[in-house]
Amino acid sequence: MPRTLFQKIWDAHVVHRRDDGLCLLYVDRHYFHEGSFHAFNMLRARGLKVRRPDLSFGFGDHYAPTRARSTAAIADPEIRGIIETFERNAREAGIRAFEMADPRQGIVHVAGPELGLTLPGMTVVCGDSHTSSHGALGALAFGIGASEVAHVFATQTIWQSLPRQIRVTFDGTLPEGSTAKDMALALIAEIGTGGAQGGAIEFAGTAVRALSVEGRLTLCNMAIEAGARTGMVAPDATTLAWLAGRPFAKPVDIAHLRSDEDAGFDQEVRLDAGRIAPMATWGTSPEEAVPLSGRVPRPEQAPDEARRKAWQRSLDYMGLAGGEALADVKLDRVFLGSCTNSRLEDLRAAATVLKGRRIAVPMLVSPGSTSVKRQAEAEGLDRIFTEAGASWEESACSLCVSMNGDSVAEGERCASTSNRNFVGRQGRGARTHLVSPASAAASAVAGRLVAAEG
Amino acid sequence: MPEPFTLVTAIAAPLEMSNVDTDQILPARFLRRPRDERYPTYGFHDLRFTPEGAPREEFVLNRPPYDRAGILVAQRNFGVGSSREAAVYALLAMGLRCVIAESFGDIFFSNALKNGLVPVRLPEAACAALRMAVTETPGAEITVDLEAQRVDGPGALAYGFTIPAFSRDCLLRGLDEIGLTMTLLPEIAAFEAARG
Ligand code: SF4
Repeated sequence: MPRTLFQKIWDAHVVHRRDDGLCLLYVDRHYFHEGSFHAFNMLRARGLKVRRPDLSFGFGDHYAPTRARSTAAIADPEIRGIIETFERNAREAGIRAFEMADPRQGIVHVAGPELGLTLPGMTVVCGDSHTSSHGALGALAFGIGASEVAHVFATQTIWQSLPRQIRVTFDGTLPEGSTAKDMALALIAEIGTGGAQGGAIEFAGTAVRALSVEGRLTLCNMAIEAGARTGMVAPDATTLAWLAGRPFAKPVDIAHLRSDEDAGFDQEVRLDAGRIAPMATWGTSPEEAVPLSGRVPRPEQAPDEARRKAWQRSLDYMGLAGGEALADVKLDRVFLGSCTNSRLEDLRAAATVLKGRRIAVPMLVSPGSTSVKRQAEAEGLDRIFTEAGASWEESACSLCVSMNGDSVAEGERCASTSNRNFVGRQGRGARTHLVSPASAAASAVAGRLVAAEG
Repeated sequence: MPEPFTLVTAIAAPLEMSNVDTDQILPARFLRRPRDERYPTYGFHDLRFTPEGAPREEFVLNRPPYDRAGILVAQRNFGVGSSREAAVYALLAMGLRCVIAESFGDIFFSNALKNGLVPVRLPEAACAALRMAVTETPGAEITVDLEAQRVDGPGALAYGFTIPAFSRDCLLRGLDEIGLTMTLLPEIAAFEAARG
């Protein structure tokens, strides 16, 4: 029977299959962050131990401050307490955790792959929805909740029902100036936030093959915003070359890690990459996205009554009337960061736009990992950012989720390279427009929502 | 460990919003808080309260009798977004035991099942009929019978639903999956041994 890449990795990890089809899968790699305290509490309450401390890795990212690297210096006692608890839990369980001051620290979905901890063919889980990112390396990666984190700690396994399999093919060549982020936003605008509901996406096609691993990480990261449980890209020479020499990487045979020629998918989506322009969201759902050269839609253009109401609510929250050109929408600030777009390639793209220019609105740059920060500094990117007027800070989730003390003020409008433009995501009453790194940089210079030129 | 759930009859509140993400169910700034006596105020916090802390009249769960609701009838894509299981804790802390919706965020759905908050998927028309019924008759009750996998609403509205068998079993008995999986430890050990 021809099988998909997903099915092959799945089959290789089934420990137990119930009659109803539910499978107990073995977990090769488990990542956790500060939010894991619920799971550790559950283990404690049941008197359970971590079964395989050697297969879990912790990263301090969600609460890590952008402006200091010392736990003791954190002013907010609740935030300090969370970080201390994370570090203590890892230590007591005998698990390796890359704490704030560790040079290997970073956002879990940036630092994990970068360290070579995620490899083709692995099953990967983390108590974070954007775990789908790791699928970029040809792994099967799921986001899970706290009870499941406790389950993985205790048993190194997870129960899963076989998801619907979806192939998303990007044919053709991406135009110059468009990026993986624009591919993701174009896809979600096309199929909606429920378009891949509960499914497993395999990204395929010439435009995906042409992406760097960084770009694939961005694409798989956003799969979750289309409702998918995971996203993946079959590993190839690009993947192997990227992994070579990474501290924890091991040689992997990827010959079989591809969907068989005639493997069947439950759903096929095709997009012409050649028509994907730089995109931005205008509303409060990632599906509410249009090309930056376009206009904010009017509610009366909505395809149905439910959507009309939702659009109206989005517009009200975003302080937009509908019908305005995006290029006329004035910004208050810009955020370049998050596990979606904070890798070296992203910083380079933004720096290329900013070089020799000045920004018109405040811009916060938070590299995806401490190592990305160091590499960027070695290339002199930090100077380009600071000379343009941006703040160059430490690696953290920061304004992606505004849990570390950073936030966008009520009513302020922020162009952001993160993944969620939800109501209140960047702070209570904050207005978010999702864009690519190059578009974020161009928008910071213009003080309005624009794409980078040519 | 979750409380067993067999049958719940409760006041139901209509939530006329789609894509209610977990950031709205539990804003990120509350994620660091322990599950103590303040927890019931965190759920839907920014929809429920103004920045000054005054209750918003217009939000359905602030209005009697819906403030005593045990069941929420929502629209499409309830609980999308962040994997934060605390969003489920927040709904439970508010006294909710069941959410009925057209569709759910994937991780939210499984988090709910693991904590005794029953997520019931019903077709769009059924959700709309239930919302309309409990809007027209505030305080009307809905019964969710997990054993029979049946929802009974006001005015003879009745619908069947399905919950994955394993989760249903755990919910009915108030068991959690860790305990059940622990009985499979020999198989897990064998799997590890086979891989070397
Ligand atoms: S950067 Fe944002 S999306 Fe990524 S792990 Fe952190 S909070 Fe989650």
